[in-house]
Amino acid sequence: MSVKPAMPLKERMKHAIADETLIEAVKKTTDRLEGGKLASSEALGNWQEWREQGSRIRSHVVQHLDYYLGQLIQNVKKRGGHVHIADTAEHAVQIFLDITKQKNAKSVLKSKSMVSEEVHLNKALEEIGVKVLESDLGEYIIQLFGEAPSHIIIPAIHKNRYQIADKFSAISGEQISEDTPTLTAFARRKLRQEFLEADIGVSGCNFAIAESGSIVMFTNEGNGRMVTTLPPVHVAFMGMERLLPSFEDLETFVNLLPRSATGQKITSYVSVINGPRKEEDLDGAQEFHLIIVDNGRSNILGDDEFQEVLNCIRCGACLNVCPVYRHIGGHAYGDVYPGPIGAVITPLLRDDMKVWGDLPYASSLCGACTDACPVKIPLHDMLVHLRARKVKLGLTPGWERMAFRMYRGSFANPGRYRLSMRAAKLMVPFMAKDGYIEKGPLHMLGWTNARHFPSPAPQSFREKWAQLSAELEGPKGGDSK
Amino acid sequence: MNVSLFITCLADTFYPNVGESTVRLLDRLGVRADFPEGQTCCGQPAFNSGYRDEARDVAKTLIESFEKSEYVVGPSGSCIGMIHHYYPLLFEGDSRWEERAKKFVSKSFELSQFIVNVLGKQDLGARMNAKVTYHPSCHAMRLMGIKHEPLALLQNVQGLELVDLPFAEDCCGFGGTFAVKMHEVSGAMVAEKAEHVKETNAEILVGTDMGCLMNIGGRLRYEGAPVRVMHVAELLWEGVKS
Ligand code: SF4
Repeated sequence: MSVKPAMPLKERMKHAIADETLIEAVKKTTDRLEGGKLASSEALGNWQEWREQGSRIRSHVVQHLDYYLGQLIQNVKKRGGHVHIADTAEHAVQIFLDITKQKNAKSVLKSKSMVSEEVHLNKALEEIGVKVLESDLGEYIIQLFGEAPSHIIIPAIHKNRYQIADKFSAISGEQISEDTPTLTAFARRKLRQEFLEADIGVSGCNFAIAESGSIVMFTNEGNGRMVTTLPPVHVAFMGMERLLPSFEDLETFVNLLPRSATGQKITSYVSVINGPRKEEDLDGAQEFHLIIVDNGRSNILGDDEFQEVLNCIRCGACLNVCPVYRHIGGHAYGDVYPGPIGAVITPLLRDDMKVWGDLPYASSLCGACTDACPVKIPLHDMLVHLRARKVKLGLTPGWERMAFRMYRGSFANPGRYRLSMRAAKLMVPFMAKDGYIEKGPLHMLGWTNARHFPSPAPQSFREKWAQLSAELEGPKGGDSK
Repeated sequence: MNVSLFITCLADTFYPNVGESTVRLLDRLGVRADFPEGQTCCGQPAFNSGYRDEARDVAKTLIESFEKSEYVVGPSGSCIGMIHHYYPLLFEGDSRWEERAKKFVSKSFELSQFIVNVLGKQDLGARMNAKVTYHPSCHAMRLMGIKHEPLALLQNVQGLELVDLPFAEDCCGFGGTFAVKMHEVSGAMVAEKAEHVKETNAEILVGTDMGCLMNIGGRLRYEGAPVRVMHVAELLWEGVKS
């Protein structure tokens, strides 16, 4: 799907940085999540070994994706579920619309699913007049605001509770106070009626277990259970790679995912759904559909530099530690997946470096994301690989190519390096003050908007070297005072 | 022991004192270092911007100039991290260069790492009466795993009051070309870092990497904050000679 953000990345960033409420809300929550993660991962012990294990399992699945997908499909069908494979976002939406039509559905109730965001399901449903309602509190809030999620785990991370209370008051016509229990109670009251009326329930899928054909969901609010059991039809959206071989492997992720995501030892609910309701079952949907979404994922398979990104379990830990994310929030990334994982996966999924090739530059390459990732995806390396790809495709600006050609010209040649350093120094007296450049050409580059720049030293180290080494070699040598 | 100095392009041009302190410290520890003049830069600016061919040529120049050295020591975790982490990748499959690159990796060390882990010294006999806070640079910490080495050296400086920097492990926003290309967010990040530095009331901010220190120091000066910024080598040498 050719999606294009409305503004270029730099503009989106500028807007976000200027929005103090947003940044404050994001920082506050990410700090809390990061702190929680550290505490809960420490409490588990051997965190690094758990990560190793997680990474190993995920890599194994991705390397044998064909096999496990086949197994999963077979087992879901065996249990009476319907399986659909969607190559593209449009295809995924079409499959869902067909189900809606077939069931003559008027209303759809959703629990959280990033893949449904990825394929823009809500928009498509609204266009054909089917009512669609988010039941996850965070998703419900941003739906009311008409916005997209700005975090993988905490969709409304960028809103504070005053903004939420205002919104709730506006839609209900009564004054709702901004304390969390009141806000939650209000949403619960609102949503309760809807649960009973919905024709189709939509959920995501944290993991699908190949050996049993089960769908596993980690949730905290109980809405996930209701969405998947109350409406007569349940449709689960799943990214093609979200598989685990067996329940034994799930144990690793029951530990890794909640700790990495929210700092919880375990989420309130871990739901396992095994196809539609059987006669002896007490609850469950009468009909179960699984939509397996490719939408660019198979492009990444077999690509040495990026295949590992399919190991991602969408925990959001890389967002929480990313200093860039914390200063611009999620919407500035321009697509569904924000933060370091978004900067890597969006250009890959969209397979369009022309439109999305600026995202990999939204990182200082500090490596905090790689360190945080529970399945050890080398995100910061991938960001550099993506930049190299952009250069290779000839998509970087001409002045930049020229600058690095000049860099090579002088830095790969010590004689020329010396000369160019000297030449640069000749410029300085016109710009510097007390050894610093406060304005001047660096202003155009943006450096001096936020800091001063040192002027080159009167004598470089290499110019000092002869004298220095003579002094150290001299009679006083090694024990000079 | 044949030790060669890798004085990074940033230290060479802007902070020769860091290079000088490095040599003098090593000399004090009984290590005579040479300075191969063919060296220029590790290639990181080009590599991180995606310009691999350009980075490769600059890297070759560096590898060649240290071919004869037994040890290479540089006062920057970021540049040494570039060598360790990316040189093998840069020359992968190149039969002529792959081995040379790997040899270079195995003999190069960041300064504090060299002093503590290779020379086995932590107490250099330095003294300084000052309140100091330490910023762990991302690449030293995450690419090179250098965490306790600089702290061990600082903790052994007599008279030094070492105070924790809040959110110490957050990036300062430098990131090389990032600071220019994404200067808005980089500026916001360094402003936050400078805030935390000021909160400590330290007189000196010390670090192992001049890129980060140029960034944070430039911000502190922009704000008129009276915090001195020093490389670990400078602080130690100043403490040793006095
Ligand atoms: S890349 Fe790693 S840290 Fe980020 S969301 Fe995926 S699994 Fe979590």
